[in-house]
Amino acid sequence: MGLGVPPERHSLAMSPLNRRRWQSFKANRRGYWAFWIFAVLFVVSLFAEFIANDKPFFVRFDGRSYFPVFVTYPETAFGGEFETAADYRDPYLANLIAAKGGFMLWPPIRYSYNTHNLDLPTPAPSPPTWMLTEAQCKSVVEHKGLSGCSDLEYNWLGTDDQGRDVAARLIYGFRLSVLFGLALTIVSSVIGVAAGAVQGYFGGWTDLLFQRFIEIWTSIPSLYLLLIISSVLVPGFFVLLGILLLFSWVSLVGLVRAEFLRGRNFEYIQAARALGVSNRTIMFRHLLPNAMVATMTFLPFILSSSVMTLTALDFLGFGLPPGSPSLGEMLSQGKANIQAPWLGISGFLTVATMLSLLIFIGEAVRDAFDPRKTFG
Amino acid sequence: MEAPYDKVLEVNELSVAFKHGQHETLAVDRVSFEIKKGETVALVGESGSGKSVTALSVLKLLPYPSAPHPPGTIHFKGQHLLHLPDAEIRHVRGNDITIIFQEPMTSLNPLHTIEKQIGEILLLHSGLTGQAARERTIELLSQVGIPDPQMRLKSYPHQLSGGQRQRVMIAMALANEPDLLIADEPTTALDVTVQAQILNLLKELQRRLGMAMLFITHDLGIVRKLADTVCVMKEGKIVETGPVERVFTAPVHPYTRALLAAEPKPDPAPVCAGAPVVIQTKDLKVWFPIKRGVMRRAVGYIKAVDGVSIEVRQGETLGIVGESGSGKTTLGLAILRLVSSDGPIVFLGSTIAGLTFRQMRPFRRHMQIVFQDPYGSLSPRMSVSDIIEEGLGVHAPNLSRAEREQRVIRALLDVGLDPNTRFRYPHEFSGGQRQRIAVARAIVLEPTFVVLDEPTSALDMLIQAQIVDLLRALQKRRNLTYMFISHDLRVVAALACRLLVMRHGKVVEEGPAAEVFARPKSPYTQALLAAAFNLETAPEDVVAQ
Repeated sequence: MGLGVPPERHSLAMSPLNRRRWQSFKANRRGYWAFWIFAVLFVVSLFAEFIANDKPFFVRFDGRSYFPVFVTYPETAFGGEFETAADYRDPYLANLIAAKGGFMLWPPIRYSYNTHNLDLPTPAPSPPTWMLTEAQCKSVVEHKGLSGCSDLEYNWLGTDDQGRDVAARLIYGFRLSVLFGLALTIVSSVIGVAAGAVQGYFGGWTDLLFQRFIEIWTSIPSLYLLLIISSVLVPGFFVLLGILLLFSWVSLVGLVRAEFLRGRNFEYIQAARALGVSNRTIMFRHLLPNAMVATMTFLPFILSSSVMTLTALDFLGFGLPPGSPSLGEMLSQGKANIQAPWLGISGFLTVATMLSLLIFIGEAVRDAFDPRKTFG
Repeated sequence: MEAPYDKVLEVNELSVAFKHGQHETLAVDRVSFEIKKGETVALVGESGSGKSVTALSVLKLLPYPSAPHPPGTIHFKGQHLLHLPDAEIRHVRGNDITIIFQEPMTSLNPLHTIEKQIGEILLLHSGLTGQAARERTIELLSQVGIPDPQMRLKSYPHQLSGGQRQRVMIAMALANEPDLLIADEPTTALDVTVQAQILNLLKELQRRLGMAMLFITHDLGIVRKLADTVCVMKEGKIVETGPVERVFTAPVHPYTRALLAAEPKPDPAPVCAGAPVVIQTKDLKVWFPIKRGVMRRAVGYIKAVDGVSIEVRQGETLGIVGESGSGKTTLGLAILRLVSSDGPIVFLGSTIAGLTFRQMRPFRRHMQIVFQDPYGSLSPRMSVSDIIEEGLGVHAPNLSRAEREQRVIRALLDVGLDPNTRFRYPHEFSGGQRQRIAVARAIVLEPTFVVLDEPTSALDMLIQAQIVDLLRALQKRRNLTYMFISHDLRVVAALACRLLVMRHGKVVEEGPAAEVFARPKSPYTQALLAAAFNLETAPEDVVAQ
């Protein structure tokens, strides 16, 4: 017995294997930083309504508090004339509130993804406000009674061809892409792992038939089929999710199946069978954790390819319904408006950053799960 | 030897340190030895003692720069190897110094023919091509005793047996008539009979070519047979060096003495008492169909177990011996109904053949198995306590948490492990400790019958002896019945009271162990015994190559 005194450990502590993986994930500086940057960006974008919105998140009016981000108030609540939803960007409403000694707390960007800026100094797409010359601003400045360009409400990254703020659309678009990607990844992983597990564990005819089916299925040129289906069905978030799911679940099947086939013959599986442990318990307790390593390794890459597919469909105009904050649509606007480089450049940088971060994370996860990888 | 004893290799104060981030582990600690021309030096030690690392550093084959050599020198015929640039060391490798590895399965490239692999060495170091290279290859293959070398040129590694693959490796090592051959456990992965052949071959070749040999092994039997000088290594240090006869007859260091004492000897086998029968088979068959064609019809059968009848009595051990592929493991699995078989199996009076997996469950409590590889038989994702507890969850689901924990603690104490280690994971234990955990998993259910499938062959000599002692003690204390499967006759001899020799799925010889060891009847058993105890080769045709 060559081992020394065992370290004290509680039965609930993180297993040393996972601790080692976390250590080696941290040791990959690039992936580790990418992970944190992505996490911060994602969490921040989850609160997009508080960063870029055409509604203030707090209004104090006539001694009462209002939260327009959560509740839609009619204009009459602030002394307006119509029962329609209050338009807080309207100077008329702002004056009404100010007159009663009230105030509004605005998010840093006063546009939502679907807010049209009606006071554009130039025809849409309009360049970022800080790029405008005084001559371009002149008409709007005079109309609003301001003193110069710098007093205008800023479109930090310009507007698109419908006068909507690019920065706001990017924030919402990022959130939508990542959420869509995550949903697609999780659902297709669950289906893929289940299908792979069944094939690998039972083998024989089940495996044979399933494999032939998957071979035929994957040989369908999926993008064309997606285009056809999405021109028949009315595309929306969940319809698109369903359509993309049709093809994305296969990506993990082979891997999980191979892990189960390999794992079936491990001696500790034999040992469990010799103990009389049931098939289902063996699959869940002994085999699934093995397969999860391969799955975890692939997840970031599946996520980035899901995001990419959505962007591609949007770019081609078969994606999310018009008006949705979509990165693909931004790119296609950039293509259509070469004279407005802020569209193409901002869209490209966002997509490129997002995908690069995901790939860096993926590489770090892959290395962390690699048992042969050592850092020295 | 006709040549004067000049030094071929001189290793002086060699150290190897491995860096893991901040940590530095000293794998080899100031080791010095020398090898003269025509001499065989053996490095002996358990796994992890640094013997392979020492050998690899002679050829600078370690992962640099994460494994630096702090001080120390290696002189090969006057050249300082550690300071040689990479280009020159490559010239030394495979030309002046060659190496044979343990695992012939993985040290040959599965995608190239034998001819191509040997030809590559000839091309690199002697510049031979075409017909000349082919002739030399055939010459080498016949030198290492491969039958029909001409036919074998186009063979791929998988078409050769383990022994033949190792012969090919030796042929590659000898291709350029090296001055020094390093053999890193070249026979550990082979059967005893094949091991004897390979050792004889090496000895014979060494005498003919007059080369020096550095032989790394954990098997003292081989050392005694083969080496002139022996260096005993422990934890990176050489604790004892000397001529073989001296070290074996008058060991100085306590560790050497322990090693020698641990070497299994053909003890008088235990006597069999006439106890009630625990398990019995009659004409048991396990045939795997060979399926061909579109309709997957069975065109023939691989007869892994072909008509074996056994009978094991309460409290005794049945030893099952045979080479790899003889069907002994399959027999064990069939008796436990882990592979399907034909023929009646009677366990504790009930016929268990033909029962479904679910119907078998109540019997599993009484029949357990310990596997060969302690690294493969424990799930790396479960703590020791979870591993041992798993069977209790199936067979004693009514136990409370505390009772269950008590059973686990008792099992761990029984196998000589500290119960406080039960929350640790298998990879934190040494091979011997893992095997103890595997035994604990089997005995926690308090079984009657345990199949031991080569439980010691993956372990070091010293640990083997400990595990055998443990098994013997457990058997006595709990009146266990064992079926001990092994290719190592020396280990079987220590435990079994009855012996069954298997070959190609059939029983070649059976009887009380003492009798079989003393007067083996079949030539196959005789060959096995000679190979195991004296490392002697059998006459042609009795055993495979």
